[in-house]
Amino acid sequence: MGEFRMPSLGADMESGTLLEWRVKPGDRVKRRDIIAVVDTDKAAIEVEVYEDGVVEELLVKPGEKVPVGTVMAIIRSDADQPREAETKAVGAEQATTEAAPPRAQKKEPPAPPPESPAERVKASPYARRLAAEHGIDLKTLVPSGPHESICAADVKQAVEAAKAAGPEEPPPVAAPPRAEEAPAAAAPAPEEVSGWKDPEAMRRAIAKAMARSKREIPHYYLQTRVDMRRTLGWLESENRRRSIKDRLLPVVPLLKAVAMSLQEVPELNGYWIDDRHQPQEAINIGIAISLRQGGLIAPAILDADLLGVDELMAALRDLITRTRDGRLKSAEMTAATITVTNLGDLGVESVFGVIYPPQVALVGIGKTMEQPWAENGLLGVRPVMTASLSGDHRATDGLQGARFLDTLNRRLQEPSKL
Amino acid sequence: MQSEDDIKKVALEIIAGIAPEADVEHLDPSDRLRNQFDFDSVDFMNFAVGLEEQLNVNIPEEDYPKLATLNGCIAYLKAKIDR
Repeated sequence: MGEFRMPSLGADMESGTLLEWRVKPGDRVKRRDIIAVVDTDKAAIEVEVYEDGVVEELLVKPGEKVPVGTVMAIIRSDADQPREAETKAVGAEQATTEAAPPRAQKKEPPAPPPESPAERVKASPYARRLAAEHGIDLKTLVPSGPHESICAADVKQAVEAAKAAGPEEPPPVAAPPRAEEAPAAAAPAPEEVSGWKDPEAMRRAIAKAMARSKREIPHYYLQTRVDMRRTLGWLESENRRRSIKDRLLPVVPLLKAVAMSLQEVPELNGYWIDDRHQPQEAINIGIAISLRQGGLIAPAILDADLLGVDELMAALRDLITRTRDGRLKSAEMTAATITVTNLGDLGVESVFGVIYPPQVALVGIGKTMEQPWAENGLLGVRPVMTASLSGDHRATDGLQGARFLDTLNRRLQEPSKL
Repeated sequence: MQSEDDIKKVALEIIAGIAPEADVEHLDPSDRLRNQFDFDSVDFMNFAVGLEEQLNVNIPEEDYPKLATLNGCIAYLKAKIDR
């Protein structure tokens, strides 16, 4: 029996108000289905379920405000689901681990012993989970990760290939609508369930998170100046042959370069929870988005490292549009493993951000502006962008931070490889 | 044939769509839209996409700076449409 609890949708959330159920007793739900809409101090958030099963009982009524961790519904797991124990553990932990997304809450399976039996397939924990989710046999995959291990990208590739080939098995008869479709099908008009909270509550929520960050996190700060000539030149030629809708914004190659640099310096991607550094394999980049009525929110682009520049652009537009409309999903609110703040649009040269707990780093992007630039004994004028890194000194040292900024710089000198 | 007023009306409608709380009535036509409505780069892109679609013009990326203010926008688009 699984308990669906009021999730923590951010470091600053203590309780939430149930706005509506998107399911009723007897409904079959699948992992990632949106089953409820919850109002927090910041916003109305669509909340996903993290296990398959059948809704047995709804315990909280719409309009009720309950603390984080309160059991809101009973979901009967499918008895023959091999992942039952695991998903249940996730659900139970969700109540106690503050602000951590499901990825972080899950206890990773122990790493295979160095001399594992020959039949055990080498794969990262994240790849295993993805494979289990999509019903893919790891043995059928060709490993491309380090030491011939299967990494998440291999699984994603197989998922894509399977999709292209068409479904191998018919979907369950009583399949619920996909998460993406559910709101449109079941929800009242968006205005009724979405929208941001009043600026004062939002301000208090931000105050709580930021005060906690500065109280608990010993920040260190680094910055580097990046010659953007090559990246902007590449962007210009790319955009010239694109229709207006498909054009890339300068922030897109930056985000891609950040994601790729995190693959090389994975220590900066993850959390500090329970006095322990917990780097994450999935790279979910939180984007600080300001809201016009005041305040800001940093929802995540999930698996940003696996997206190409066009997919990143589409994801960014979609995320910003939905953020402004108050239509975010719970995973987007909780899964960020690092945050990027881009104040360049507003003309500031550099920004040293405050880390969003429990994350361990924040990347700051300043305005790209023409600057004198000395190289090889010659002085020229270049578009220069100042990138900064705020790091949690409990989790990493300046060395990793410096390596990250250096890698980011190198990536931006080879834009065609982004 | 679209007059400057027509173009202005279309532009204001698009702005209102992107920033519903924007007070377009009291917009300063010579000040940058970015300053007045907290437009970020994605908002600005959506603004340009809207203008292209509604006015049936082609706006290359290098012309984006000409769209920064409402006055600039009207002058640029009028010249484009009349051409």
